[in-house]
Amino acid sequence: MASYSTNEFKSGLKVLVEGDPCSIMENEVVKPGKGQAFNRVKFRNLLNGRVWERTFKSGESIDAADVMECDMEYLYTDGEFWHFMKTDGSFEQVAADANAISASKDWLKEQDVYQVVLWNEAPISVSPPNFVEIEVVQTDPGVKGDTAQGGTKPATLASGAVVKVPLFVNIGDVLRVDTRTGEYQNRVSK
Amino acid sequence: MVDWQSTATFNTLQARASLLQVIRQFFAERGVMEVETPSLSLGTVTDVHLASFPVPGLTDSGEPGYLQTSPEYAMKRLLASGSGPIYQICKAFRREETSRQHNPEFTMLEWYRPGFSLPELMDEVGSLLQQVLDCSEIPRFTYQQLFQQHLQIDPHSIETQQLREVLLGKINMDISGLDDTDCLQLLMNHCIEPALPSACFVYDYPVAQAALARIEHDGQGVAVAQRFELYCGGMELANGYHELSDAEEQRRRFAKDQARRKELGLPSIAADQRLLAALEDGLPDCSGVALGVDRLLMVKLGLNSIEEVLSFPGDRA
Repeated sequence: MASYSTNEFKSGLKVLVEGDPCSIMENEVVKPGKGQAFNRVKFRNLLNGRVWERTFKSGESIDAADVMECDMEYLYTDGEFWHFMKTDGSFEQVAADANAISASKDWLKEQDVYQVVLWNEAPISVSPPNFVEIEVVQTDPGVKGDTAQGGTKPATLASGAVVKVPLFVNIGDVLRVDTRTGEYQNRVSK
Repeated sequence: MVDWQSTATFNTLQARASLLQVIRQFFAERGVMEVETPSLSLGTVTDVHLASFPVPGLTDSGEPGYLQTSPEYAMKRLLASGSGPIYQICKAFRREETSRQHNPEFTMLEWYRPGFSLPELMDEVGSLLQQVLDCSEIPRFTYQQLFQQHLQIDPHSIETQQLREVLLGKINMDISGLDDTDCLQLLMNHCIEPALPSACFVYDYPVAQAALARIEHDGQGVAVAQRFELYCGGMELANGYHELSDAEEQRRRFAKDQARRKELGLPSIAADQRLLAALEDGLPDCSGVALGVDRLLMVKLGLNSIEEVLSFPGDRA
């Protein structure tokens, strides 16, 4: 298995620490004037998102994690797994479990493209694009003439997310939503 | 695009020029003579944790030399020949990884004061710092005080086993192969440095960290190294010694370094015979200190990375 020595550490590097795939967030080289050099490294565990720190002696090495990020199109769910297909023309498919899709569960729309992180070729996380356009399937009837100001009301999207929307929005409208904040941006069509 | 431009702003380069002027004025007023010694020399340090850049073909007969990691040996030879108090501002070279605080080539201010005790030299370093940074008096702590206050251990008497347990309780790492000194330095970096005031002196180091400092007994009869470090802005800014002048003791420390180098598979470095001969002839009782000028400028300007104070750092030199 490939490995990286401390002098190759840099942020974004994917490594295997205590059995889990991790991404290096920060790498600080410490060298006392009269002492051994070491590296203080901050990691994010790619399975559970936990951030933690470990110190390495200069020259120590750690195994590389076979982690790849790729764009994949969401196909469908069979209730247990969510199926994605590579967009590189290979038509290769993977099945993500509930844990892997937890961050994008409410934003999945068939044929949209998501960033899927594969570890040893199995999906461990799925991130939605920053903005998605999804149809409203449930909300109170729209108030005619109210186009901008005023209150908000909840609307349920086809993907399952519930977002706050202006009063004029109707069932069947397609909305643009920021997935990072869950905020309504605008109505893209009727 | 080729990175040809300086990483320092014009204002920073001006601040650097002014700083060098202030330093030269400081020593001129105190009757300390500026000297220059070779950057490239036949001998170099044996220190296990310092790596020198070797340079082929230094002499006419083809002997290799080294870029100096500090001007210490040459300056001690001047002192032994009766130079009196001297200082030098020069480039020093260390073959180590670059970091926020490290560049392989850096500017060092080093000075020696015959007749000065270590506290007297700390006074002088403090005066220079107060002048450059316009700061208040710099507090002083012993190495032992800091370990007792922050970790409730005595760094001079703690047993290896207990030290390793303390380390494991505080720092997530593989401790195999670490010796007591490594453990103490890791604890210093992880647990004590973050809690230090913006500037302070740390003195009376464990004997194992003496390097080229004398060893004497402190008030409680414990042998300690007559060495201090000045911490400033979270960095080691200066390192001072009441200088070892005993040639025999110096020879033993060289031999110890060489043995350790062999154990660790590091290149062997011959003891500098000219330094030993100078010590045998007699180094006056003196204290000396080396201070990182680039880091001092970082602190003065509140900059976070050494690149910002260098015209051209290692990767675009």
